[in-house]
This record gives sequence, C-alpha cells and structure tokens, in this order.
Amino acid sequence: MSDTVSNVAILDRRQVLTAAGAVAVAGFVMGPGFAFAKPEDAAARVKEATGGAAVKEGRITIQLPQIAENGNTVPVTVSVESPMSDADFVKVAHIFVDGNPTPDVASFHFSPMSGKADFSTRIRLAKTQNVIVVAQMSDGSFFTASQQIKVTIGGCGG
Amino acid sequence: MLTRRDFLQVAAAAAAFTTPLGGMARAAALQKITQKELLEFDSIGQVTLLNFTDIHAHLMPVYFREPSVNIGVGEVNGLPPHLTGKDFLSHFGLKGGTLDSYMLTSEDFSSLAGEYGRVGGLAHMASLIRSIRAERPDNTLLVDCGDTWQGSYTSLQTRGEDMVTAMNALGVDVMVPHWEFTYGEERVKELIGKLKFPFLAGNVLDDEWQEPAFENTAFFERGGIKIAIVGQAFPYTPVANPRYMIPKWSFGIREEMVQAHVTKARAAGADLVVLASHDGFDVDRKLASRVEGIDVILTGHTHDAIPTAIKVKNTLLVASGSHGKFLARLDLDVKNKKVADFRFKLIPVLTDAITPDPEMTQVIKDLRAPYEAEMTKVLGRSDSLLYRRGNFNGTFDDLICQAIMEERDTQIALSPGFRWGASILPGQDIRVEDVYSQTSITYAKVYRQSMKGALLKDILEDVGDNLFNPDPYYQQGGDMVRVGGIGYTMNVAGAMGKRISDMTLLATGEPIDPGKEYVVGGWASVSPGTEGPEVYDLVSDHIERKKVVNMQPNRAVKVVNG
Repeated sequence: MSDTVSNVAILDRRQVLTAAGAVAVAGFVMGPGFAFAKPEDAAARVKEATGGAAVKEGRITIQLPQIAENGNTVPVTVSVESPMSDADFVKVAHIFVDGNPTPDVASFHFSPMSGKADFSTRIRLAKTQNVIVVAQMSDGSFFTASQQIKVTIGGCGG
Repeated sequence: MLTRRDFLQVAAAAAAFTTPLGGMARAAALQKITQKELLEFDSIGQVTLLNFTDIHAHLMPVYFREPSVNIGVGEVNGLPPHLTGKDFLSHFGLKGGTLDSYMLTSEDFSSLAGEYGRVGGLAHMASLIRSIRAERPDNTLLVDCGDTWQGSYTSLQTRGEDMVTAMNALGVDVMVPHWEFTYGEERVKELIGKLKFPFLAGNVLDDEWQEPAFENTAFFERGGIKIAIVGQAFPYTPVANPRYMIPKWSFGIREEMVQAHVTKARAAGADLVVLASHDGFDVDRKLASRVEGIDVILTGHTHDAIPTAIKVKNTLLVASGSHGKFLARLDLDVKNKKVADFRFKLIPVLTDAITPDPEMTQVIKDLRAPYEAEMTKVLGRSDSLLYRRGNFNGTFDDLICQAIMEERDTQIALSPGFRWGASILPGQDIRVEDVYSQTSITYAKVYRQSMKGALLKDILEDVGDNLFNPDPYYQQGGDMVRVGGIGYTMNVAGAMGKRISDMTLLATGEPIDPGKEYVVGGWASVSPGTEGPEVYDLVSDHIERKKVVNMQPNRAVKVVNG
C-alpha cells in the first residue's frame, strides 16, 4: 500500500529527525549529510543526452507541485506535444534534477505505437531544486522544460 | 460633491474598484451608526453573494487589529492587500479616525476601539444576513471560505462541532476548508456528515490513486440563473499543518484542475461561475490571470479585508477579512453568462450597532454553556495592546515567546506566524478564552530542545521564502515565524536562502554561531510524537503568575527591502 510506502517504510525527513533526536523540532529538519549534485552536474547530463545539440524550450508540459508535501515521493506528470506518427514522434524523454545526489531520475522511450508521449512517476527529492525534462524528437531535435520545486523544512500554519 | 448616500453605496463599474466601504465620518460615528446604515445597499441583478471567511471559530465579538506590516513582493508590491495604515487609507480614498480606518487599518487602533467597540459576533452577523435574505429571498447565496471550525476554546473542546452547529443554524450554502483538516481525517468525515450544505475541496486528491477525495462543484438556482460554486481548499495544508493527521490526502493549487472544473460547470449550463477559495489573495490574483471563465473569486486564507472588489482580467476578487469582522455583499447582474454589472460592499459587523439575532444568540449560549465558567476565568490583565496579525512578531506573539522561554527555561522561542487570534486592548482583562483565541490547535505541545545556529537560520530562511517568494504559487502557510530571545534582519527582496542576516542572541548581544547549540522552545510542531505541555496551558499559567503584562512592540526584528 502506498500509505505504508510513503509514511512508514521510507522515513520522511520529519520522521528521520523524530527517530534520531527523540524530540521533534517544529517540523524543521536538517538536510541529510551527503553530497548533492550541483546545477552544473545536471547541465552536464543534459549536454551528454543531447550530444551538445541545440535545445529549444516548449512542447513539454510538466505537472509538478510547487511545494512538495513529501519529498520522498513527489508525483510528476509529463506530456510532450507530438503527433506520434511514423514521420514525427518523440523518441525519448529524460528527467534530470539538479539537487539530488545524482542528476539522473528516469528516461522514457517511445515509438509511434505509443500513441502519445505522456508519463507519470514519483521521484524522491532531497531538497529544493529544479526538475528538468529533455525530449528528443524523431527528427533529432531536442526540447526542454523545467520547474522548480520547493522541499520545505518549515510549516507555519496560516 | 458626493452625498452621504454615494459614500455608503458603492457603485458599479470603474468607481466600484476605488470606492470605500462606507465612508462614514467620525461625526457620524459619534452620532451612533445604525444597523440600517450598515445594511444600506441598492440591490441589482439576479444574485446577492454573501461571503465571510476565516472566522476561526469566533462565535463572540472581539477586537481585531489589522496588520501594520503586510509586505507584497514582486508584481504585487504596493497593491492591495499589501498596503497598511495611511497608505491603505489614501489608496482607497478613506480618512483617518473614521469607522473605515478602525475596521481596515491599525491606525489609532486602541483609541478607535474605545470609540467604536467590538466587531463580529456570529449572532450579529446572523442578524445582517437575515435582513439581506428577507430583502432578497430568492437571490441570496451565503458562502463560507473556510477556517471556520478551528480557533476557540469551544471549537477545540467540541473538535469543531460547535461551528458545524452554528453554520447550519446560519444557513450557509457552501464551504471550503483548511484548518478544518487539523481535526484529522476521521473527524473531518464525521463533521461533513453533520453539515446541511456541501463541503467542497476540488484540489484534494486521494494520495494513492490520485482520485478526487471530495466534491468540487455545487450548483444553485438564484434569481432565475444557474450558479456554479467551485471549491478550492488551502493548497498547502499538509505542508503548513501536520500531514500525519491527513495522510491519505494530497493537495496543491492544481490550476489545471480548477480550469477543468470551471469548464465543466460552464458546459453544464452555469450562467455564473464562482470560485470559493482558500488559496490566499496573491495566489488567487495569479490564478485569476491564468484560469479562464471564473466570474468571481471569493478568496480566504490571508485574512485581507479589502473594501472594493478587485478586478483581474475578467474576474472579480473579493477578500472579506477574518474573525467575523465583515460580511461581504456582492450583487451581480448577469447577462448572457457574463457579469454585466455589479455592486459591492464590505459590510462592517460593528457589534454595538447591530441587534443580535435572537435565534443565533440562543444557539451560541447553548454551545458555550458547558464551558462558560472555565473559559471566562480571568487570568490577568494587559497594560498594553496585544495582537498578532502582521508579517512579523506581534505583541501577543512576544508574550507567548516570553512565556515559553520562562516556563520552559529556554534561550530562544519560536512561535508560528498564524494570522488568527483576537486583540486585547490596553487595560483589558485576559481570560482563558483569549489565550485560546491565539493558541487553540490540535497539535499544541511545547517542545524544548537543542538546535544548532545553522538550523535556526535555515528555519528563518525557509519560512521567509514561504512568505516572500516572488511567485505566489511558491508561498505557503502564514506570516513569518515569531522569535523570542533572538533578533535578526530580514531582507524581503533577497533570494531564497539569502534573506536573513545579523542573527543575534539578545541575552548576550552575541551573534548566533552556526556551529553552536542553543536551547529552543516552540509549539505547533508538525511532527508526530512531539512532547511537552500544551501551549494554552503554559501561556495561561504564565499570565496568571504575572498578573499584569505589558508588551511593547518588538524591535529585535529588522526588515529591509532591497
């Protein structure tokens, strides 16, 4: 059950602190102590994926919360505009992030048989960062879109 | 020259965007404002939308000081609601020393409060609603934009049920939630079962399958037209409040879903589409510029009282304040599925000018009876004005922080930047229920623990970005976290993570050392398993011990812009 996955099996950052420190801070938690990738690393991966070809903005819609409810399992939905015909289709779409230990999240491969280039998944995000999608079309052109998502440590009601 | 009637009656079209709520001069106030004057309105069109929001369970009249600091960043800098005091008055063409000034700003608050008295009270609001309904029996729709079930002694004791009883008696037609969720999933479902009207939350999904968890739209027939009310819950409830209480529900602004609900409502034949929203004003201002087909947004959460309807593209935004202080009335003339004309008035619920509704008076009396003795017990007195609302520490927050530091022996205190909580005038007694007005939450334990200076800064930065991110979709929660025992400088215009400087431990005057541990107390932790006394008990004990409190405005938090 996803309930178990999101709330018990994988400790979220709040629970990590609660477990480790016995007393809880007001929902404010320190980040884990491992090294994060830098924006340059994500940029380098984009460059690798495109072979240095020009990348245009557009054709990609990312549905992602602006602020994560749970950084351990963030739902993301991507759709790439394409007729998905034999002559014109999306070959592959990659998700990169620029604030996790590694920039690679997933790559989704398509063919005209796919019908449409839409996909959803859940990703783990260690902190506030950008989610970058790069799609390669059948004619060899590349498109990209990105969105920032906040993984906040503080909740203060309202 | 404008006649008195012109002042009272906010006209349609362009003028409606800049005309004051009532323009009642001090002289008139001294002659005593009447209920009739408060209600004066030349009705038009098929529909009268009545709206209140963020009552926070305040059944009884209160004093409520509007903010003196309400900073807008980015595109909304200097736009309503990000205007206070004299700037607010001059923007709306209002005068100081008037009822408008008393209701809408913090200018001369204590002295005007002495003159005009308390505001709100559900029996008083009910009286206004009853009159308007009598005048417009087939045209009136009453919308509650949420934060209704939480915020008082009785709401906490009855876990929201007192407000459900009161709202049923008031004849609310539809509501949307935020703090309602802090009673937990099971209780929310129970209370929805007791409601006589729809509870809408179109932006909440079941987290497992991403399917709708609540209804999103309710349809009504009024004045011969079909009205769709689309409902939007506070989008960041599981971030700003404990997620463990509602683990199965996922929120978000979900603009594309709002658009889908609106489009569907239009396809179903709606002549008028209203979004009842708990997004907050800046979020709804942005949403109105991006979602097509919404005629009116009744917007809650940020507690803004704006005396005119604000037009964004083709959408009218209404912000009706908090604590039952105002009843917003928007009359709409709808032609060919468009708003052809409208009139708006933010009606002050000026307690002393209104004869309370006898039926609601009885409902409230019955609801309070079991708790009356305990909650009206006097704990002490304040010799200064106590308030919370504003971007940074209010004097009631300072009192809470002082209580935490003294009662739990900590160097530093953190207190949440909630927007709710009634004000106490200089010389006024502080009763148990006044403390609950500021603290009654379902996760109220006061923790005590060690925290590194670096984490303290991260917390301030994080909450600061939740408040001052230039993109309102990235803002969440309340005002800035309140601090005790430390001072800091906030650069509102700074980038994420770079707004806070000069953090100082006030006791020694030394800078906060990122590597050093400090003993910190605080409340409203969103983590499960927090241990400590309940904050309302701690603060009550503290006031009882002090007998008299006197809190002067906090000068340890400095704000710069740029």
